[in-house]
Formats: sequence, C-alpha cells, structure tokens
Amino acid sequence: MIVFQGVSKHYTGHGVALEDVDFQIDPGEFVSLAGRSGAGKSTIIKLLIGEEKPSKGRVFFGQYEVNKLQDNELPAFRRHIGVVFQDFRLLPTKTAYENVAFALEVAGRPQREIAELVPQVLDMVGLGDKTKNFPNELSGGERQRVAIARAMIHRPEVVIADEPTGNLDPFHTFEIIKLLEKINQLGTTVVLATHDKEIINTLERRVLTLDKGRLIRDEKKGKYILV
Amino acid sequence: MFTIISRIFHFGFKNFWRNGWLSTATIAIMTLAAIGFLGLIIFGVVTHAAASAIQDKIDISVYFNTNTPEDEILNIQQSLEGLSQVASVDYISQDQALATFQKNHANDPTVSQAINALDANPLEASLNIKAKDPSQYGAINDYLSSPDLASYIDTISYTQNQDVINRLAAIVRDVSIGGWLMTIFLALVAGLVMFNTIRLAIYSNREEIGVMRVVGASNSLVRGPFVVEGMLWGLIAALISLVVFAPVLYFVSPYLNEFIPGLDIFRYFYTHIILLFIYELLFGVVIGGLSSFWAVRRYLKN
Repeated sequence: MIVFQGVSKHYTGHGVALEDVDFQIDPGEFVSLAGRSGAGKSTIIKLLIGEEKPSKGRVFFGQYEVNKLQDNELPAFRRHIGVVFQDFRLLPTKTAYENVAFALEVAGRPQREIAELVPQVLDMVGLGDKTKNFPNELSGGERQRVAIARAMIHRPEVVIADEPTGNLDPFHTFEIIKLLEKINQLGTTVVLATHDKEIINTLERRVLTLDKGRLIRDEKKGKYILV
Repeated sequence: MFTIISRIFHFGFKNFWRNGWLSTATIAIMTLAAIGFLGLIIFGVVTHAAASAIQDKIDISVYFNTNTPEDEILNIQQSLEGLSQVASVDYISQDQALATFQKNHANDPTVSQAINALDANPLEASLNIKAKDPSQYGAINDYLSSPDLASYIDTISYTQNQDVINRLAAIVRDVSIGGWLMTIFLALVAGLVMFNTIRLAIYSNREEIGVMRVVGASNSLVRGPFVVEGMLWGLIAALISLVVFAPVLYFVSPYLNEFIPGLDIFRYFYTHIILLFIYELLFGVVIGGLSSFWAVRRYLKN
C-alpha cells in the first residue's frame, strides 16, 4: 500500500533529512516510526502526504505515485489519508462538530450524511457532549481527539499521526494511543511517528527506526532501541 | 457543484462573522480607502464645476459697424454656428444694446440726457460667441478676422482680452488635467491600501489555509470563502463610506457654493447616490474579491 523506494531528501544548506530509505507498509498494519527529533520521521510523513517532494527516489500510495502528483491533484489524493499532528491543527473558528464535518464537506458529501456521521464519530472519541465547543474551549487531549475524529471521519485507508501525543500528559497520551489502536482494529492502516519510548514498547507492533535520516531497523514487533 | 458553491458562501459568511475583530479592523481600513475613493469622485465633480464656472465667464464679442445691415449680421451668426468650435452665438441688436445701456444707467441723468440728445443710436450690434473649449477662441478669432468680414466688423473683444482668455483657458486645462492625475494617483493609493489590508488579513489565516489543504480541500474551496469574505468587507466598507460622507457633504456644500456659484454638491450626492454606490461597490467588492483571490494564491502551493 505504501512504498518508499530509495528515497532521499536533501535541503539546501540544511543537510540531509533522509538518505536512501526503502520500506513497504501493507494494508491494515500499525507501524511506528521511531527516532530522535530530527531523525527524519516528520520528513517521511511530509513526503507521504505530498507536502514535500523527494530529492531522489519514489513514494507510492496505492495507485498514486505521490512524488509525481501536481498541486491540483493533491486535494483528491489527501482525501484517502487522515492526518493527526502534534499541534492538533484544528480550524480555530470552527466548533468541534464543524472541524470534523469539514473533512466530509471538502469531499462534497451530502449534508444529511454529514449530520448522521459526525455525532457518531465524536461519540466514538468520547466528545459527544462537546460538539459545539470551539478548539480554545477544549483541553489538549480533547483537541487531539477532535483531530483524530476528523482524520477518520471519511474512512481513509491510512491514518498518519505525527507525534500526536507530544503536547499531552501521560493520561491523555494513552487515551490517544488506545484510539489509534481502535481505528487500526477497524481495518485502517495506522502510521505513528513518535519518539516516546514507552508508547512504542507498550504497542508491540512493527517499528521502523530512523537515525540521522537513515532507516536503521525494521522489526515486526519492535522495541525502542537507538544504537 | 452547487453543494461546493453553497458551502463556499456558507463558510465565507461564517468566517466573516466569527472573525469579528479581524473583519472590523479590515472594514475600518477599507472604509477609509473607500471614503478616499468617494472623495475623489466628489473632487472630480467640484473641479469640473470650477472649470465650467471659469469657462462660462469666457466669451468673445464681435461689434459690427453701425451701417452693417442686420441681415448680414444674422448671416454671420449662422455661419459661426456652423463652425465645429462654436458652442453658442447670441445676437444683440442695436436696440437691445441701447435698452440694456439705458437700464444700466437709469440712475445717471447725465448719461441718459446725452443719449437722448443724439439723433441716432450710437451703440453697435454685436454677437456674443462661446466656444466649446477655451483653447478654440483663437481659431474663431481667425475666422472673424478674414478679409471678407473686415468691412462689417468694428472690433473683436478677443484681441483686447487675449491674455486673460489664454490664462483662463490654461487654468481650466490645468485644473482638469491636475484633477485627473490626482484622481488616478489617489485611487491607486486607496486601492493599494485595500489590497494590502486584505493581504495582511489573509496572512493571519495562513495556518488555517494549510490545515484545509491537509484535510483535502480543493483550491476553490480554500480560496472561495476568503473571496466571499473580501467581497463582504468591500460591500460593508462601501455602505459605511456613503453613510459617513452624506453629513460631511451636507455641511460643506454651502461653503463650496460660495466659491463656485451654482454648485450644490450635496444635491449632486443624493441625486447620484445609486451611481455613487455602484462605483463604491465596484471599487470595494472588486478590489476586496480580487485581493483575497490573489493573497490566498501563495498559500495554495503544497
């Protein structure tokens, strides 16, 4: 489903972000990208969602060759993916309901379907009673749950989470991880980028370990080990 | 398609309302620019009225020898009216000239007695000529100075007033050109102020645009609501500028009338309010919409 073939990413004046990275992720997998800050985890995610283009190599997502997509082809491609960020990236002028609904609205889904689906998904992430709250009226954990609800509402093939627990306390961290596991159990592929040792060791799922832009380890049931 | 368009408008209106402070600040600056633009239109009207008032005071008179037959004078009047440079020609007969003279000197018995003592009317018939443009009096004067007409004409006032006429013509021309240049320059300034205000407003939303892109929103769905918002800002700025301008013109109008007789700028304002509103609307809504369209463009990459 996701294939990285000899992918490198160099930034002029800022050195190497990724160097000759090869891996494949199959449908339904739960894969963690582990590594220190600056190891290249976020670069992999940016390349995967087409936010940046590789300096070398090819990135595939299903039938798409992501590195060849034009600007105007990106919106339709991104509707196959749900993305969760460390800083939540919610729309501040929209309520929790509207933030989640937005992912369906951009895909042109009818209003009736949106009105039916959004409350269900917000219930699933435990925010059934906060649908009318704006992001600034929610706690960090709640905001991240809204972001997860938005990432999964359109039933994407893959949910990508870039350090989703980076701004959360331990209690909310495990709440979010449980949610991601639940999404994976429903059949969605999950790619989780994190430098949190405890999360990776608890998950006991496949781990791709990066160091200085290189993929140094790929283990089926991995642990957080850096050199 | 209809769903997308209705969502663009829905998001645009909602953003406008929810970004209350941003909308207020943007509208405030856009209103100032719109007032400037409206001021320029009014300035154009005032300069045009001033130029017309000056132009109205310029004419040339041709005085005919007392022995010139009236038929000949009327022929010359007709031929003058056929000239492309001539706006109007008024004939003042000897009798009319005398009547006007007597009326003007009714309180001066010496002059009245002197006139009555004469056997014949000493005053000459004349033609009062107004040109379409003050610069054309020279050409009219040349026509009247032709040898064919020399035997009929005593004097042409242009020769006596040539300097004054040319100076007034230059003032009319300069006022018009200056008015246009100033209007174009200040309209550009007002337009740039509006454009940059909207650019700043969109800049403050750049992260939001990034989020929309990541969620998979198409360019039109990202850009559309901002364009709607920009047009709404322009519309409201246009309305406010008209409301603010009305009382200002009401108070200024009598003072302007003292300088330029016949100019009632407040009357002009309310008789042309729909046209002015359309100008303001075009200025505000078009610049608002286009600025938003342009400003969002740079954030739509990746």
